[in-house]
Amino acid sequence: MSKNRLLLGDEAIALGAVHSGLSGVYAYPGTPSTEITEFIQNDPLARERGIHCRWSTNEKTAMEAALGMSFMGKRALVCMKHVGMNVCADPFVNSAMTGVNGGVVVLAADDPSMHSSQDEQDSRFYGKFAMVPTFEPASQQEAYDMMSAAFDYSEQQQLPVLMRVTTRMAHSRAVVRIADEARAENALNYDAEASHWVLLPANARRRNIAVTAQQAQLEEDAAHSPYNKYVEGADKSMGIIASGIAVNYVNECFPNGSPFPILKISQYPLPKSLVRRLCEECASVLVVEEGQPFIEDMLRGVMPGNTQVLGRLTGELPRTGELNPDIVREALGLPANECFAPCEDVVPRPPALCQGCGHRDVYTALNEVLRGYENPRVFGDIGCYTLGFLPPYKAIHSCVDMGASITMAKGAADAGQWPAVAVIGDSTFTHSGMTGLLDAINENSNITVIISDNLTTAMTGGQDSAGTSKFEAICRGLGLSEEHLHVVVPLAKNMPEITRIIKEEIDYPGTSVIIPRRECIQTLQRHLKQKRAKEEKQ
Amino acid sequence: MKTDIILCGVGGQGILSIATVIGEAAMNENLYIKQAEVHGMSQRGGDVQSNLRISSSPIHSDLIARGSADVIISMEPMEALRYLPYLRKEGWIITSSVPFVNIPNYPDMEVVRRDLSGLPNVISLDIEALARDGGVPRSANIILLGAAQKALGIEYSKLEDAVRRIFARKGEAVVEANIKALAIGKEAQR
Repeated sequence: MSKNRLLLGDEAIALGAVHSGLSGVYAYPGTPSTEITEFIQNDPLARERGIHCRWSTNEKTAMEAALGMSFMGKRALVCMKHVGMNVCADPFVNSAMTGVNGGVVVLAADDPSMHSSQDEQDSRFYGKFAMVPTFEPASQQEAYDMMSAAFDYSEQQQLPVLMRVTTRMAHSRAVVRIADEARAENALNYDAEASHWVLLPANARRRNIAVTAQQAQLEEDAAHSPYNKYVEGADKSMGIIASGIAVNYVNECFPNGSPFPILKISQYPLPKSLVRRLCEECASVLVVEEGQPFIEDMLRGVMPGNTQVLGRLTGELPRTGELNPDIVREALGLPANECFAPCEDVVPRPPALCQGCGHRDVYTALNEVLRGYENPRVFGDIGCYTLGFLPPYKAIHSCVDMGASITMAKGAADAGQWPAVAVIGDSTFTHSGMTGLLDAINENSNITVIISDNLTTAMTGGQDSAGTSKFEAICRGLGLSEEHLHVVVPLAKNMPEITRIIKEEIDYPGTSVIIPRRECIQTLQRHLKQKRAKEEKQ
Repeated sequence: MKTDIILCGVGGQGILSIATVIGEAAMNENLYIKQAEVHGMSQRGGDVQSNLRISSSPIHSDLIARGSADVIISMEPMEALRYLPYLRKEGWIITSSVPFVNIPNYPDMEVVRRDLSGLPNVISLDIEALARDGGVPRSANIILLGAAQKALGIEYSKLEDAVRRIFARKGEAVVEANIKALAIGKEAQR
């Protein structure tokens, strides 16, 4: 068998983790991180070893489960998109205080330019904030190699390691050289000390001092890391600091090698000694980094220095958005490539809900009912159905974070708004909607919640949804009264029934839940195809 | 050897299958590969593209710079034009001529045709009719790949081998249909 494989960055990370003796991956689907867990779910060795790989309900439950596995001495990987870091911020930040027993790697996939996200936050800030060493691979190969280095380092330093990647690495394929043999899993052990893991103030204070003191060592390690490289250059008029995949864009601009010295950064805390050396040698320093000006801000500080610092904050690079070879070329002062002008006849083609999608019928019904009210407000959520904002539906007025539909509708109702309607998908509801619904039910808030259930996590490609077949029971368990809980099938022929129920529940002055339920058209087609293929084989 | 390719179309048209075959052929030739894909929300009926770079020397960037793509392979004629600034002046466009109209303001097809014919190197094919007439209705994308073979700089037999390996798990009938589709595309391009 060939030892070279063509892998997505995400897949290289996954395979790197399996080969590092991983015992469990914990994750909630989110672009651009989803394929990591999917790969492990289908990897033969992971199956043979029985590595835990079922989806978690949300990123917080994922992070906590990974800590539990680490507590018992085994290696765990947590994967999420950048905004998932917000959901698991509590256990993540505190995991530096507990420390780890088995190695823990937290993988955050950032999405600069927001291809599939609601913000552009840079997860490296979480690493610094939590005092956790952070790795930022520059290529698919490095991502694979770094995974084992990250687990080793996590166990050596007894801290979790944050690995930060961005869309273009996560979702780009390259040939990756893989190891001949996979490391064995760790054995269960009882080495975790309660004095570390019980974060009573007295314990946590001790740990805080220890972890703070440890930072100097982490920085020293970063200065000598094989992943941080200082490449000499003859032209000292400018030096370049490039982190993660940004270094590729710089190299792309210099096919015969860079005339300027380059400091490649792939491991943090930022090694100040290497940065100082570059700044002392060069008249100016251009900082090229994917995401927010994390390194640039640190360099700039508040005091004026002798070295001119250039980057996103001085306009050489755009303040927001992901990098590409053209942007970096301009920042390096190179002439733009000659190219065709954009074709003016091309019009935008925004994404849309699929033909035959149940969410379409939900919005059709909802819009029809709400036409009868003066100032209705519909609070949306994260998923395919966020596209209900676009024409022809123009059906939602907000979409903030996972679960915010229900709680924002509640707050609006508290403020006196009626009708206040929440639209949330099945997977988003179990991720972060259930607790908000409990708040609403406890006060019998005057809101109507629509859980549009397509039996899957559709947006990210059809992963299992944690609450499938349990939604009525969950709502009842949270205390919702039976007469205000309805299940309908979102099809055109059922429109009279659906609109009648929505109207009745909006007019009812209290909390109600309507569950339109029909399988996602994408997963349905996939299931039919699989069935056909099976029949053809027989 | 270095070929920078932009694959484009509308979400669901099967551009990633084309990329997979090219990637497989390139990998088998021990070439370096970088292939940036689009996943997530933008896949839902919107415009999608993949930057595929193959080279005999190491590749740095996952993304293709403006004015440097050697080939645009598009499953949809207006989508081919969307990436025009990325095409090298002497680069090739190999596109389906069949519009995919899922937006109210799709331009007049005459305008799209005129824009395409104003470019130096364009192959525009009704791949859906070719697929129907050739009895391979599900392999229109592979017809397009066959038409692009010359521009890609990959030997025809290497693409054939790659098609065989990629579709093997779907059974001999699917393999044969796609081998045929590849030949139809190669023939049509002449």
